[in-house]
Amino acid sequence: MGPLSSRLFALESHRNWQISFSIGAILILLVPFLNLAVPSDSWLHISDFWVNTLGKFLCFAMLALALDLIWGYAGILSLGHGAFFGLGGYAMGMYLMRQIGDRSVYGNPELPDFMVFLNWTELPWFWQGFDMFWFALLMAMLVPGALAFVLGWLAFRSRITGVYFSIISQAMVFAMMLAFFRNEMGFGGNNGLTDFKDLLGFDLSEPEVRVALYVISAIMLGLVYLICRFVTTSKLGNILVAVRDAETRVRFLGYSVARAKLFVFTLSAILAGIAGALYVPQVGIINPGEFSPAKSIEIAIWVAVGGRGTLYGAIAGAFAVNGAKSLLTGIAPEIWLFFLGALFILVTVFMPRGLVGLVRQWRERRRTIPSPETSHAR
Amino acid sequence: MPVEPRSTPDMSPKTLLYVSGVSVSFDGFKALNSLSLIIEPGEMRAIIGPNGAGKTTMMDVITGKTRPDEGEVLFDDAIDLTELHETEIANLGIGRKFQKPTVFESLSVFDNLRLALKSDRRIFATLFARLTSEQRDRIHQTLEAIHLSARQEELAGALSHGQKQWLEIGMLLMQNPQLMLLDEPVAGMTDAETEQTVTLLKRIAGERSVIVVEHDMAFVRNLDCRVTVLDEGQTIAEGSMDAVQSDPRVIEVYLGR
Ligand SMILES: Nc1ncnc2c1ncn2[C@@H]1O[C@H](COP(=O)(O)OP(=O)(O)O)[C@@H](O)[C@H]1O
Ligand SMILES: [Mg+2]
Repeated sequence: MGPLSSRLFALESHRNWQISFSIGAILILLVPFLNLAVPSDSWLHISDFWVNTLGKFLCFAMLALALDLIWGYAGILSLGHGAFFGLGGYAMGMYLMRQIGDRSVYGNPELPDFMVFLNWTELPWFWQGFDMFWFALLMAMLVPGALAFVLGWLAFRSRITGVYFSIISQAMVFAMMLAFFRNEMGFGGNNGLTDFKDLLGFDLSEPEVRVALYVISAIMLGLVYLICRFVTTSKLGNILVAVRDAETRVRFLGYSVARAKLFVFTLSAILAGIAGALYVPQVGIINPGEFSPAKSIEIAIWVAVGGRGTLYGAIAGAFAVNGAKSLLTGIAPEIWLFFLGALFILVTVFMPRGLVGLVRQWRERRRTIPSPETSHAR
Repeated sequence: MPVEPRSTPDMSPKTLLYVSGVSVSFDGFKALNSLSLIIEPGEMRAIIGPNGAGKTTMMDVITGKTRPDEGEVLFDDAIDLTELHETEIANLGIGRKFQKPTVFESLSVFDNLRLALKSDRRIFATLFARLTSEQRDRIHQTLEAIHLSARQEELAGALSHGQKQWLEIGMLLMQNPQLMLLDEPVAGMTDAETEQTVTLLKRIAGERSVIVVEHDMAFVRNLDCRVTVLDEGQTIAEGSMDAVQSDPRVIEVYLGR
């Protein structure tokens, strides 16, 4: 085994690998089986709706991982991560738009409907190349990465940290929302991009295609988790935690704090972009709503609820909060925001380490309850 | 200044640190007043003096944090420290421990030392870095020296105040400095910890020079080294602890207030 692959295996204990593989197997094999092979009148059947919903949650979990990587480890709280997710989504949306071709309402083979509606006669320069899948995929990573690099370079170089950075990131996503709302921007304005037909020739309305997208999302989540684990268990991961604890001391040891932050922030944005690109074909739309400040704050709540600085906590938080959201908005949509606010306050006050901390506490309490033998032995 | 001939005519530098006629004033107030100090290689030196005597300011001058108004500060007989920046001075092999211990509380004791190890500081190097067996040995040697071998897996935040001080000394040792400056290293330590620190510092000195600033007289006596007494930015006495304690000027400074 090479040094890299042996390090990959060393990322998790034997037991954790077993757990991860079991969860992975359930997500990747069992769910599609229960959806496609089990008849829909059986109680074991998982509906198309739930496969689709789980697929979205997987993308949210990826996004939560991306945020935990910078917030939970380096202590950088971005309240604008929706920007990177949304940009990844738009890149994929632009590819899907161009795949529609002459099947659109206006039937223009070159131009998406909204451009025809604006009386545009040719494709703007920034829409070039998006008819190629690989190019769109590349842009889904490159554009969020580049934006994060520029923002991070400006902020970390001038030592902008803490709440100031959070505010700047929030302002950035808000500015993007306003920009993308404008029709002249060339991204479909208010309505965004939608009415997608197919991806690489596969019809997006087919159940099998949706299951495939779901499976790809599950695999990508596993991959993103491993990437994050690789970073956080490396020496660089130690440096990030050290930066969170005592930034000036790290500088004193001769490490470049700004570069460490810039690296991890850019990586995080790229991962968020991938999540967005996987999300859009599953929900069938991308619009400026993804850039709303509230959505970016919600991402931070997922991570806080799950417990930051553990990675798997971020995944758990994304599933827990979005699961609750799906259930609650089904029953009483108007109370969701109040619920979310209350949840956030409860978590920060009563469980600062989130669900993960709760489970750990419970386990430790069980372990430390003195059994008769240990209390007598001296 | 004429250097006296030595009994061992080797090529090693005669003095590691040469401070001469250094003055620093803050808004007209002279924190250091024509201060001179000579530290030999491998020497341990204790610096005592009442509050505000200029001990911390002296360390600031040596480490490049404060520029002197006048005077000379030479390292290794040749390098003018007054011309260099803090990081350059640190890279020359002058390590400093501040009064308040700062360790990385959420990292293990072992990882704290690992970060301090001399190594490639570039980002991608740190992403793929693996410990060599020599590096691992060095960390273990240091763990032993600072009495923290048994606690290497624990988070630094779980250490006692005194143990954090040791860990920080350990982090300095990892960078293998020629000169170590310690500002009040036993402040807040228990008697047992203070005693162990004496052993630790005696072990560290010899391979390198150590300057210790301290208030605790019992501790300084146990260090059993040359003592320099500062007052109002000047050296008022220098010699063994016994000699210094019987010096009338020292008695006046310490008892006259
Ligand atoms: N940055 C500064 N500005 C103004 N005065 C200072 C500054 N640093 C130190 N001083 C003054 O210089 C004197 C010596 O301080 P210091 O070196 O900290 O003393 P010690 O460490 O011996 O207690 C004190 O009177 C202090 O108030
Ligand atoms: Mg002082």
